[in-house]
Amino acid sequence: MTVWPEERLATVDSFNTVDMTINVGPQHPATHGVFRMVLTVDGELVVDCEPYIGYLHRGLEKLTENHDYRQSMGWWDRTDYLAGMACEFAYCMAVEKLGNIQVPERAEYIRVMMAELSRLLSHFMFFGAFGADVGSFGTSFVYAWRERERIYDFFEVVAGDRMFPTYFRPGGLQMDLPEGYEPLVRQLLGSLEQGLEDFDGLLTGNEIFVERCRNLSPMSKERAINLGMSGPMIRATGLAHDIRKAEPYSIYPNLKFNIPVGKNGDVFDRFMVRMAEAYQSIQIVKQCLDLMPGGLVLNPDLPKTLRIEEGECYVRTEGTKGEYGVYGMARGGNKPYRMKLRSPSFCNLSALKEMVVGHYVADAIIILGSLDIVLGEVDK
Amino acid sequence: MMLFADALFGLPNWIDAIIRVVLVILSMTLVVIYLTYGERKVVARFQQRLGPTETGPAGLIQGIADALKLVTKEDIRPKNADRWVFEFAPYATFIPVLMMLMALPFAEDWGVRDLALGMFYVFAILGLNIVGILMAGLGSGNKYALLGGIRAAAQMVSYEIPLVISLLCVAMITGAEKDMNGTGTLNLNAITAFQETRPYIVLQPLAFLIFFTAMLSELHRAPFDIPVAESEIVGGCFVEYSGIRWSMFQLTEYASMWGWSVFGSVVFLGGWAWPFGVDAHWSIQLGTTLVKSFLFIMLIFWVRTTVPRLRIDQLMSFCWKVLLPMSLVQMLMNGFILVYDWPQELLALTSALGAAALVAIIIRRAMRRPSRDLVGTYKTLGAPAQ
Repeated sequence: MTVWPEERLATVDSFNTVDMTINVGPQHPATHGVFRMVLTVDGELVVDCEPYIGYLHRGLEKLTENHDYRQSMGWWDRTDYLAGMACEFAYCMAVEKLGNIQVPERAEYIRVMMAELSRLLSHFMFFGAFGADVGSFGTSFVYAWRERERIYDFFEVVAGDRMFPTYFRPGGLQMDLPEGYEPLVRQLLGSLEQGLEDFDGLLTGNEIFVERCRNLSPMSKERAINLGMSGPMIRATGLAHDIRKAEPYSIYPNLKFNIPVGKNGDVFDRFMVRMAEAYQSIQIVKQCLDLMPGGLVLNPDLPKTLRIEEGECYVRTEGTKGEYGVYGMARGGNKPYRMKLRSPSFCNLSALKEMVVGHYVADAIIILGSLDIVLGEVDK
Repeated sequence: MMLFADALFGLPNWIDAIIRVVLVILSMTLVVIYLTYGERKVVARFQQRLGPTETGPAGLIQGIADALKLVTKEDIRPKNADRWVFEFAPYATFIPVLMMLMALPFAEDWGVRDLALGMFYVFAILGLNIVGILMAGLGSGNKYALLGGIRAAAQMVSYEIPLVISLLCVAMITGAEKDMNGTGTLNLNAITAFQETRPYIVLQPLAFLIFFTAMLSELHRAPFDIPVAESEIVGGCFVEYSGIRWSMFQLTEYASMWGWSVFGSVVFLGGWAWPFGVDAHWSIQLGTTLVKSFLFIMLIFWVRTTVPRLRIDQLMSFCWKVLLPMSLVQMLMNGFILVYDWPQELLALTSALGAAALVAIIIRRAMRRPSRDLVGTYKTLGAPAQ
């Protein structure tokens, strides 16, 4: 046995390590936008994480208060900018509920179809960006980009714009689908399915990917509920909570689909739930095509200027990231008194610290990626 | 067999050495410029893109344009950087690679110097590479760079061991073979000449796998690009460098990739000797070596575009718990077979079994993926509703 001399022991005692803070973001390739977190690390181990948000705050809610109901459309599809149509959907539903506006059935079907395509869009971006976080050198990202371009091309055909189409209107849609849209959509769905298969081969079939993600930051159902998580994040924990089923809106009761759930709530389950959900979205779009009725797409009785008497409402929709809720309040006039957004990314992000602490820096990046945040939605 | 016996054109020895060094440096620069172009093209194809197309025909002078751009950029030194450490780090990483290239036989008489302990020299010199990277990491005054430097140090020190053992396995076989002087050797030219009839990858597939894996790690290539992880630590130790110093690092990276590939093809793939024999014309020999090394590099690109990155602890446990025992097993098997003079087919057989075991270990670690059934269930509507 080694006998340590007194002075040697003293140096051992004084050899204290100091925690280091690393600033990740707002300009960092893995923060998916302008998110910033300050990690306190002990070597490679994260001991504290402090998120900072607000770099993309554009005053969405205040702007909505100061604009005509229809003028605000453009702000709302810039919240979750990876799935603009799904956000327009929620906003329009809120205005319709406030003003008791009826929507033609055909418009509802087209809306659901567009919202599900947006969900696919958002999930593809998640697969791509998440693959890049795990380190697959852009291959997954480019694969995602290919499918995204195809969906955007379809959006352009329908609405004339790609990312921010402003296609929905309170009371229906801006215009009908173009002639001969059905083969276009079916072709698109075929390619999307192929794209999902590609991701299955590239990422889920990869040993390193599985090794990195499995059993990473598992989360229990109870904890997820307490943290206010929603969407794929809560479904990964095994809780089948989907607003399309729990509180059906629009024409979702007419459609057949399942809610995929995970088991452990770990990063791998979050990925797989999104992947299964993407397959379900494809099925939903197919049913929309099959069931699509004829008729108008915009309520013809609407006045030129929308004036809504006093009232308030809360509309919940299953956005691409979770519960995308809009609380609206009207006090007469052509502007809302208040429009509040309950953004799923923001609520999911609040769990970040709890999930990240105790993991390696490399895992912290993956966990942040698995939250699938969109900063436009977090910062409003 | 005549190994570097004559100086070029009967010139004095030192002038001959200088000419050869200059030739190697020039060809290295050219290879590096076109490797960057080649990587961008190959990776682009893997990712369904086109890669560089604009500069020159099919983008062929893109690499030269990039090099010119880098040379003319401002050389920035952060205020809190350690000046001398920061400024000398690029050279400290580059010089070992250059020194390695001096010992490589590109053809029978095409190399700078033919060293009696060539193999030993190469991996001894490459161990010095880490010094420059640590200097860059510590001297930059940047926390990302510091993390990158420390990661690189841990990784390279660990992976040296299986790498060296896998080379030792080859050295054991060359020790058993007899060269023209009737003794075993570490001379790279002689090792190549031994492989005239069959390359050592046939005898030592396991050692080759270990060598290739450890080589990826030494080169910081995916899936072991942890020290330079773009999505985590934004480029690691090179994050503060710009202009000519950054391009020195880039040059080092590609030059060492080429050097390692030539070294690997000399040791395992038969270098210039297989399959055209030691008496082939020098141009054929040179072409064989280059083609083999580019195949190696192609494999590196392929791996890079396909696989994600390991975590640092997984990397370490893979090295110490899988690669190191496997390389020791390979060495032990070689020892038995060579000492008791069993036939060489047995070498190939045992090593192939070992290689199969290694691949099986890697796959088994990730084969338990219960969640994968999840997607299978939900692909169609016939799935049970939740």
